[in-house]
Amino acid sequence: MKELSVNHLLGIKYITKEDIQLIFETADHFKEVINRPIKKVPSLRDITIANLFFENSTRTRLSFELAEKRLSADVINFSAASSSVKKGETLIDTVNNILSMKVDMVVMRHPNPGAGVFLSKHINSSIINAGDGAHEHPTQALLDCFSIREKLGKVAGKKVVIVGDILHSRVALSNIFALQKLGAKVKVCGPKTLIPKYIEKLGVEVEGNLIKALEWCDVANMLRVQNERMDISYFPTTREYAQQFGLTKKILDSLNKEIVVMHPGPINRGVEITSDVADSKQAIILDQVQNGVAIRMAVIYLLASKIKHHED
Amino acid sequence: MTPEQDSETSMSQKVLLNATEINIALHRLSCQLIENHDTFENTVLIGIQPRGIFLAERLKDVLQKEYKIKKVQLGYLDITFYRDDFRRSGKPLEANTTKIDFIVEDKKVVFIDDVLYTGRSIRSALTAIQSFGRPLEIELLTLIDRRFSRHLPIQPDYRGRQVDAINYEKVKVCWKENDGEDAVYLIEK
Repeated sequence: MKELSVNHLLGIKYITKEDIQLIFETADHFKEVINRPIKKVPSLRDITIANLFFENSTRTRLSFELAEKRLSADVINFSAASSSVKKGETLIDTVNNILSMKVDMVVMRHPNPGAGVFLSKHINSSIINAGDGAHEHPTQALLDCFSIREKLGKVAGKKVVIVGDILHSRVALSNIFALQKLGAKVKVCGPKTLIPKYIEKLGVEVEGNLIKALEWCDVANMLRVQNERMDISYFPTTREYAQQFGLTKKILDSLNKEIVVMHPGPINRGVEITSDVADSKQAIILDQVQNGVAIRMAVIYLLASKIKHHED
Repeated sequence: MTPEQDSETSMSQKVLLNATEINIALHRLSCQLIENHDTFENTVLIGIQPRGIFLAERLKDVLQKEYKIKKVQLGYLDITFYRDDFRRSGKPLEANTTKIDFIVEDKKVVFIDDVLYTGRSIRSALTAIQSFGRPLEIELLTLIDRRFSRHLPIQPDYRGRQVDAINYEKVKVCWKENDGEDAVYLIEK
């Protein structure tokens, strides 16, 4: 019988290829479950999960909440905007207060990189990182790779280019780790100012020209331009960015092959991809969203199975 | 797996049913199903994963080839996510494929499993099937019915053989297509 090698999902960096494969196999079963007339299983009926969002999120939070509810877990939600964090409470105090209400698992998004790792050293609950600053967003990378596997049959040997704001992107970093662990080749493409200077140390090639990158790849993952994280100007104007790094239908049709287009959302239509690309057959953006629920159910189920049952 | 298999073969085991006896049981069970379900027009068979599917496939085969039933609908149901021992069994529960390509709403459903022991798997299956709709009725067919071992008030409607086994004994059903032979063993654990 297989189980995860970890008790938390803090980042793709900390898990093995076998862990990823086990998550995928389990997600296959949950994908079948969420397409049934009744989309709910009773596995986690004695588990309580706290969703702690210290940073804004819509789709990740909804996706986690849906995954938890489809597993029959009890769910409590917390968002920093309306809490005592504003009154000066520390992270450990906030979490310990919530855990004293007998919570078994924590799903946390936090603006500071490493917040999940820090927390895992101070509390006993199982932790899932739902994004920590510009560090990692493991479930997004898992659902991206799962979607590639679904569309192309496998991830190993595929060529994936990640386009856009690599510097501020936790999605990019987690994707690089996950794709490499699964045996894919990865390139990044974007304005020089938005490519971290150490990126080549990760075994990733940098390509400055979008057309060349697209000619090379099987899959293009178009990242969102994260204006909210840009404290200074990294490129002159959005229009110039769109002209150099935006994916249009014209570019897509000019390629000598059919590539798969992905986007982690939310889309800035007309910036990183145009509307006709986002709505085209080659885009699997909405499949990614559906797979997100199945992947999160798998991660939660596998981590919950490692929480020992105590007769209280 | 290997050390466990080794120790199993070295321990004492008794043949409960041989290939001929299994074949006779399959035919009898098929006839009993036909008595109650006629042409299987409104009946579906559900093999319980992981071991019930072999028996279910065999019965489907016999019904179609030997008794000329035109269409027998067969699905596989995995009960892993409905089990009552999640986080209690000490080992992780690994899921299997569920494959039900038809509507169960208002159908007569026959659950098929190899061994009925505590009844807990069938309890889980009763919950699991509800996710696919509301069947008209549900029956249970098992090849082996272990007497005096039930934890729940669940009994089979069709049984191949009733067996008295004590708790430290294990009943193992082998199928040619999976285990190389048709046989039922009583194994001392």
